[in-house]
Amino acid sequence: MSEAKEGQQHPLKIYLWIWFLLFVLSTFSYLVDYFHFHGLLRWSLIVTFMLLKAGFIVAIFMHMAWERLALKFAILIPPLCLLILISFMAIEGGYTFLTRGAAFLR
Amino acid sequence: MAHDAQVATLGPLRQVATDFASDKQAFSVPWGKAMMWIFLLSDTFIFTCFLTSYMNVRMSTTATWPFPSEVFALNLFGRDIPLILIAIMTFVLITSSGTMALAVNYGYRRHRRNTVLLMVATAALGATFVSMQAFEWTKLILEGVRPWENPWGAPQFGSAFFMITGFHGLHVSAGVIYLLTVARRVHVGFYEKRGSYETVEIAGLYWHFVDLVWVFIFAFFYLW
Repeated sequence: MSEAKEGQQHPLKIYLWIWFLLFVLSTFSYLVDYFHFHGLLRWSLIVTFMLLKAGFIVAIFMHMAWERLALKFAILIPPLCLLILISFMAIEGGYTFLTRGAAFLR
Repeated sequence: MAHDAQVATLGPLRQVATDFASDKQAFSVPWGKAMMWIFLLSDTFIFTCFLTSYMNVRMSTTATWPFPSEVFALNLFGRDIPLILIAIMTFVLITSSGTMALAVNYGYRRHRRNTVLLMVATAALGATFVSMQAFEWTKLILEGVRPWENPWGAPQFGSAFFMITGFHGLHVSAGVIYLLTVARRVHVGFYEKRGSYETVEIAGLYWHFVDLVWVFIFAFFYLW
């Protein structure tokens, strides 16, 4: 396929940078727990660090950033269906909680 | 069309195969890489099902959910440090992802020795992760955590914990075997002879995915 260079070849520096960033972000998410942040602040920090880490791993370590758009679409779009599953199950969970509250906690 | 006339002369099964293959290639990557991505996509759905059911039971239970920060604390140097084992496991797995990324890079540079060393290091870190998980499971089981009960609150905690971390640990263990198999082939020059190191990159995809799943487990199960 590629004559001059085979597959995904990128400078080592970029991997070392991402590696470093993953360490920093993991430390941050650990500190969220260590300093007992709670409520909305805790959840938004956790999700932000999580999405950043996931993005770096997929984009750089798994080379998705350099793949063609066809592969990006084929792999990254289907998981969006999961958002529907998650929201349905969240609604269901809330409903079950309320029903249990009404039935057992009178 | 000349092509259709040609296909019409083939035997029935050959015809089906030719029609479906149609000599077209959708993705400009080696087939092994496309298939690994599709496998990882299906694995994403499986792990999301686990995490979603965990979310559902956690939202629907009327009992208090055990506080992970305390459940997973370790007593070190005379005081309880919250989540410390999980934090170390996270760093071990990230480190292994880094060594794997470098192994893929050295493979494509035809640097066999470094590739093998980095892959063996990755597998060793993976094995370390699994042993720490075994330690954690042992500790929790000794404290009375079961899939149906635990001393601190909602009984669903145990089943979610064992199911999610168990399935992830299984992936890590399989990954260690996979990496060592590929590393051995790099060592004996199998890919050198074939003239392509894409298999190392494909193994790398699997390994990074295992790290990726842990990012979500760490956030949703341990930190939430």
